[in-house]
Amino acid sequence: MHEWALAESVVLTVLRVAEERNAARVLRVRIKLGELQQVEEEIFSTALRELSKNTPAEDAEFSLAREPAVLKCNRCSHEWKVERDKLKPEEAELIHFLPEAAHTYLRCPRCGSPDFAIESGRGVWIESVELG
Amino acid sequence: MREAEKQLSGVRRVVCVGSGKGGVGKSLVSATAALLLSQRSRRVGLLDLDFYGPSAHLILGAWDLMPTEDRGVVPPEIHGVRLMSIAPYIGEGPSALRGSDATHAMLELLAITRWGELDLLLVDMPPGTGDEILDVVKFIPAAEWLVVSTPSKLSIQTVRRLLLLLRETGSKIMGAIENMAEGEACVEEFCRAEGVQFLGSVPRDPKVERAIGRPELLLRTEFARRLEAIVRKLK
Repeated sequence: MHEWALAESVVLTVLRVAEERNAARVLRVRIKLGELQQVEEEIFSTALRELSKNTPAEDAEFSLAREPAVLKCNRCSHEWKVERDKLKPEEAELIHFLPEAAHTYLRCPRCGSPDFAIESGRGVWIESVELG
Repeated sequence: MREAEKQLSGVRRVVCVGSGKGGVGKSLVSATAALLLSQRSRRVGLLDLDFYGPSAHLILGAWDLMPTEDRGVVPPEIHGVRLMSIAPYIGEGPSALRGSDATHAMLELLAITRWGELDLLLVDMPPGTGDEILDVVKFIPAAEWLVVSTPSKLSIQTVRRLLLLLRETGSKIMGAIENMAEGEACVEEFCRAEGVQFLGSVPRDPKVERAIGRPELLLRTEFARRLEAIVRKLK
């Protein structure tokens, strides 16, 4: 699953931070999930736990928070939120793997333009890491 | 970025096929070279970075092949070539991507694609000397560059700009191939003047168009036969 690749990336980054700071343990990791990526939280959490085993992040608390996907039209400046359940399942799946595919399937609800910027809610990122 | 580095860690060599100009045959050269190398028992990947007009999947007849999910995505294999492209994700729709979107798309593809062990990854570059070229130079600094030009002055002038850019960015230039050659050794002369290795000429071959989507036919064209002599130099 793609969630596993994303989780692996997070764990690798967290472990690198811990190593750079000479920390023995990772206590807490706050992760933001962009709505556009539509990460399955249960799979992602399982992957984080599995990939952290036998590492300084083994007992870390991974907290997940979603960030709404907000798009802004480059033509008419309209801003709108992408509602996950309104996407067609097959298009949602393609956007899950490659968020830029949104430019192929989504249109500005006001003027119909495919030329928009992803203002927020793209990708997965680490907001903070607490070390012990 | 670290994920992209990890996914490329099993790739021994990355060769980008570029020209700066569109329509000179970069996609045909890179896809056919990938097929030829695969025939020579090399483990080959082909990454199509033309987000606006991806063609590698069409040339290889792989329009309905999807990468499979497995802790990332595993590229489909066609005639021994592992192929990755934006095409499975956008279908036949347009890519309305601005600069930063193209950079994100490239990083995403590099981060999710599990190439495994490869002797060579060929990268089919889009035209231009903008985002995708600069991103590859930045994110895959070890990439080597194979430049394609037609004998046209218009192509040669653009290739010159690309070579200047590649030199300024410290990129390794393997050499140049002349495609659609028609007798005069224009590209060879240009290479001599520029101090770039001339790797050889491939003639204009009308049979290539009919072979698009049919790799077995493509490999029997004069185009492929002449390209094979050049590919042998890719040691």
